[in-house]
Amino acid sequence: MGKSRDARRRAKEAPTKPVLQTITKKIGGEKNGGERTVIVNKGPKWYPADDIKKPVPSRKHAHKPPKLRSSIKPGSVLILLAGRLQGCRVIFLKQLKSGMLLVTGPYSVNRIPLRRVNQAYVIATSTSVDVSAVDVSKFDDAYFKRVKAKKNADVMETDEEAAKYAPTEERIADQKAVDQVLVPVIEKEPLMTSYLKNRFTLRRGMNPHVMSF
Amino acid sequence: MSQVPQVRLHVKGVHLGYKRNRRNQHCGQSRIQIEGVKDRNDAKFYLGKRIAYVYRAKTLKKSRTGEMSKYRFMWGRIIATHGNNGHVRAKFTKNLPPVSIGRPVRIMLYPSNI
Repeated sequence: MGKSRDARRRAKEAPTKPVLQTITKKIGGEKNGGERTVIVNKGPKWYPADDIKKPVPSRKHAHKPPKLRSSIKPGSVLILLAGRLQGCRVIFLKQLKSGMLLVTGPYSVNRIPLRRVNQAYVIATSTSVDVSAVDVSKFDDAYFKRVKAKKNADVMETDEEAAKYAPTEERIADQKAVDQVLVPVIEKEPLMTSYLKNRFTLRRGMNPHVMSF
Repeated sequence: MSQVPQVRLHVKGVHLGYKRNRRNQHCGQSRIQIEGVKDRNDAKFYLGKRIAYVYRAKTLKKSRTGEMSKYRFMWGRIIATHGNNGHVRAKFTKNLPPVSIGRPVRIMLYPSNI
C-alpha cells in the first residue's frame, strides 16, 4: 500500500525551509563597527516539546461557481422570476466569478440598472441581442459589493439620509457607457424596445411545462 | 408588494391531501394537483420547484418586504411525482394544516432550469 491520501497531501503542502531574512542596521557609537546585520523575524524563543500536528486544510470549502446553463448565452434575454423586478425582461451580459449573472435592462429602456442575479431565478428565452460591442471587463463581484451605511456617532442610529441608496457617479457613468452601445442595437430590431419594456406574466391556460420560452 | 404590478409568475395548484394508504396518513408529505398537468411526464417539469400555501390570518404581521400584511406563506418544495396522473408530492417546512385540503397553492417557477 502507498501513503494515505492525507499523508500524500501533507507531503505536497509541506512548506519549504524558511530563509532567514536579514537587514543591515546602522549602529551609533564609534567602536561598534558602523552597521550590523540583524535577523528580521527571530521566531519563537521556546519550542513545544511535542510536535503538534497541524490539521490538514479542508478542500470542502473551495468555491465552485455553478456552471452557466446551456440555454443562457451572452446577449440572451432573460425573464426575472422573483423579487421586486419579477417578470422583467433583461439582457444577460456575462457570468461573474461567483456564478452570478451580470444583467441590465438596459436602464434607459426599462429602468433596470446593471445588477447581479442568480441563474436559478431566471428563465432564459430564445431571444437574444448582440452584445459583442459592450465592454464588460470592468464589472466583477467587488463592483457590486454593498456599502454599509455609516452609523451616526451621536445618536447611535443609522443615519437615514445616508442609508438611502443612491447610485454613485461612477455607476451612473458606467451605466451610460453600456446603454450607449446597447440602445442602438436594440432600436434596430423592430418591437425589441417594447418587448423589453413589458413584463412577462402567466395568463389563464398558459402552462409553463409545455411552453417554449 | 404594493409597487409590484400585477404579474403572475406561479402556476396554480390544489392541495389534495396527504400521502396515505388505506388506513394511515403521513402528513409530512402533501399531494398536489397542478393546473394543466395531466401525466407524470408533465409533472417532472415541476420537480424541485418551490411551492407556497398562502392564507389570510386575522392579525397583521410583518411580511418579508417589511410591510404589515395579513397574508402569510408556508413554503415547501416539490419532491416527487405521485402516480401516473400528474399529481406531485411536496414537503413543507411546516406541515400543511388540514384546513388547507382542497385549497389553492402556488407553484413557483424557481429554481428554474429553463
